Amino acid sequence: MDWDWDFVRQILPTLIQGVKITILATLLGSVLAAIVGLGIALARRSPNKALSRTVGWAAEFIRGTPLLVQLYFIFYVLPDVGILLPPLVAGVIGLGLHYGTYTAEVYRAGIDNVPRGQWEAAKACNLNARQTWSHIIIPQAIPPMIPALANYFIAMLKETPLLSAITVLELMNQAKSVANTYYRYLEPITLVGAFFLVISLCSVALLRWLERRYGKIER
Amino acid sequence: MTQWSGYFGLILQGTLVTIELTLMGSVLALIMAFLAGMGRLSRFFALRALATAYIEFFRGTSIFVQLFFAYFVLPLVGLELTPLQAGVLALGLNVGAYAAEVVRGAVQSIGREQYEACTALNLGRWQGMRHVILPQAFLVMLPTFGNNAIELLKATSVVSLISLADLTFQAQVVRAQTGNTMVPFTTILVIYFILALFISWGVRSLERRMARGLDGVRV
Repeated sequence: MDWDWDFVRQILPTLIQGVKITILATLLGSVLAAIVGLGIALARRSPNKALSRTVGWAAEFIRGTPLLVQLYFIFYVLPDVGILLPPLVAGVIGLGLHYGTYTAEVYRAGIDNVPRGQWEAAKACNLNARQTWSHIIIPQAIPPMIPALANYFIAMLKETPLLSAITVLELMNQAKSVANTYYRYLEPITLVGAFFLVISLCSVALLRWLERRYGKIER
Repeated sequence: MTQWSGYFGLILQGTLVTIELTLMGSVLALIMAFLAGMGRLSRFFALRALATAYIEFFRGTSIFVQLFFAYFVLPLVGLELTPLQAGVLALGLNVGAYAAEVVRGAVQSIGREQYEACTALNLGRWQGMRHVILPQAFLVMLPTFGNNAIELLKATSVVSLISLADLTFQAQVVRAQTGNTMVPFTTILVIYFILALFISWGVRSLERRMARGLDGVRV
């Protein structure tokens, strides 16, 4: 089977549509993962043993099971209990929860790296727990972990094709529908690969910039 | 009341396929990891370039796209693969690329003095690697390999989309036949989690075993 450039030109607009959804899902998923991760990290440090244990186990469970099955769960099981979500929303929640458990570890490392003196100084200044977190610890903990967080967001980008399994019309799903319409798999699937390679190479360049901007990360 | 025993058999079959895929994928990934990881440390530019291209390509594109490429596009160039072969190939090559960086990092983390000792003992490059460097580096690699194996286990759920009857696929079958979504998906989430726990337990005990006799050598 030969590569057909005319066909490529014909299907490119459809695939670009898909790229937009892919990028949108990644961005929304990243925001959710950043928030969920912070929530998990804070809950695991909570003095309330019941809370920190429960959250710890839940995070462990989410990290040990496949994202695809979690997406199915959100998309097919939750309607049984009356929560009906549009595919994209279900996908973003799935991505955000799954990667939130990974970013939680990044937050944990970042928070542990804030020197003890800062905690003691906060106490000496008579700040309460909430003030200590929001004015002292988090502003110092976050910049060094930005590169590590970005790393997970790039990984998330590469998981977005799974959303096609719950009928989100992202890049992979557009490519599959094009392929099924014209009975040509070579161009659509190869182009999807090329798109991902280009997007992830761009994001790696961005990552390098972030690493320079926010100092070195520990490997 | 639905007859669950028959469906339980389906899930069990799916579990066996998932385990089979994980094992075969891990073996291929391990081989590729050592080939590519050693390739990146090679003295020859061509080998280094080849290994880097392999690693960057497979880490840069999504596992999902690679699987579809292996299953739908390779037959067009005359390479007919069964779903199982396509699955093992895509999983092994993808995870192998990640693990290759682990191999490289671990080998480079072994101190200079070990290499100097090899030279002093008049060991060749290969002998030094085989008897001195790799036995120590392998121990450094093991924990990360364990994580990679869990990633591979989770990635196997994707092969259900190319009609391979793994755990996720069987859950979909049960869902289609019974109309019940909660039971099959919760069951397979738990099974995946147990498999993941089993892998991390296995790697930990292997690590303890391999560390025997190396007390005082490791820092």
